Amino acid sequence: MLRKLFPHPYLTLLLIITWMLLVNQIKLGSLVLAIILGTIIPIITGPYWPDRPVLRNPMAMIGYILVVLYDIVKSNFIVAGIVLFRRNSTLQSKWITVPLDLRSPEAITVLAGTITMTPGTVTADMSGDGRALLIHCLHAPDPDAVRDEIKSRYEARLKRIFE
Amino acid sequence: MDLAFEIIISGLLIAAGVFGIVGSFGLLKLPDTMTRLHAPTKATTLGVGGVLIASMLHFWVLENTLSWHELLITMFLLLTAPITANLIAKAHLHSFRADEKTSPTGSDRDWATFEDAAVEQQPMITGSGKNQNT
Repeated sequence: MLRKLFPHPYLTLLLIITWMLLVNQIKLGSLVLAIILGTIIPIITGPYWPDRPVLRNPMAMIGYILVVLYDIVKSNFIVAGIVLFRRNSTLQSKWITVPLDLRSPEAITVLAGTITMTPGTVTADMSGDGRALLIHCLHAPDPDAVRDEIKSRYEARLKRIFE
Repeated sequence: MDLAFEIIISGLLIAAGVFGIVGSFGLLKLPDTMTRLHAPTKATTLGVGGVLIASMLHFWVLENTLSWHELLITMFLLLTAPITANLIAKAHLHSFRADEKTSPTGSDRDWATFEDAAVEQQPMITGSGKNQNT
């Protein structure tokens, strides 16, 4: 019964939170409306989500978000430092390949977004079979270290959350 | 007390402005499209973030009202910035394939951008559940 009413509990929660953020006030009326929207929208859009990702470990998500936020702040300083103090001629920008252990499309999307937001790397493409990501590094004297850090720092955590 | 918070808010705004300038300067200074992509996707995130935190602090401490719009802006920013960067990178790879020495994929399939769209390709990625195509 509960499963039928809330086919996608995380989407329901996300819609309620987003609506409350949009309203920008705590009012009972808007909370009721948020709950109504959060109930109806997942039911209507249910058929468009045939393969819903399963979150095995939702609490690990919070740890992951904190790690990524910290890395975003760190990467801002690193990139600002490179922009301001490094000559273009000494810049070692490279393409690197990161082979993927992740298989779920949602997890790969999160990983690709994370890579773009964090120190000196931008995700450019994925291989045709979905087994590797093409990443551009702004300044990477040691490409293998960058690849290993991505795999151990982000991919291992995502694997625990999604798979 | 208010003075201390005003100083903190001003500091955040100035830091945000500095990061905004550095991001824009990077766009000007870096040598090619791919490296230029790095400056606005990163240095600017903290620029906007600083302004948003300053705004929340200002309304919370000095105006005594809670404001959460900023969290929503942060969320949308973190969602859209990587997608923009990815699309620009893909467009760049399409136009200048010969100039960019991309690293190999490590399998017999090429990068998705370069694969021939006319050829029927079997999608290898499937969701954790059943295959949608069958």
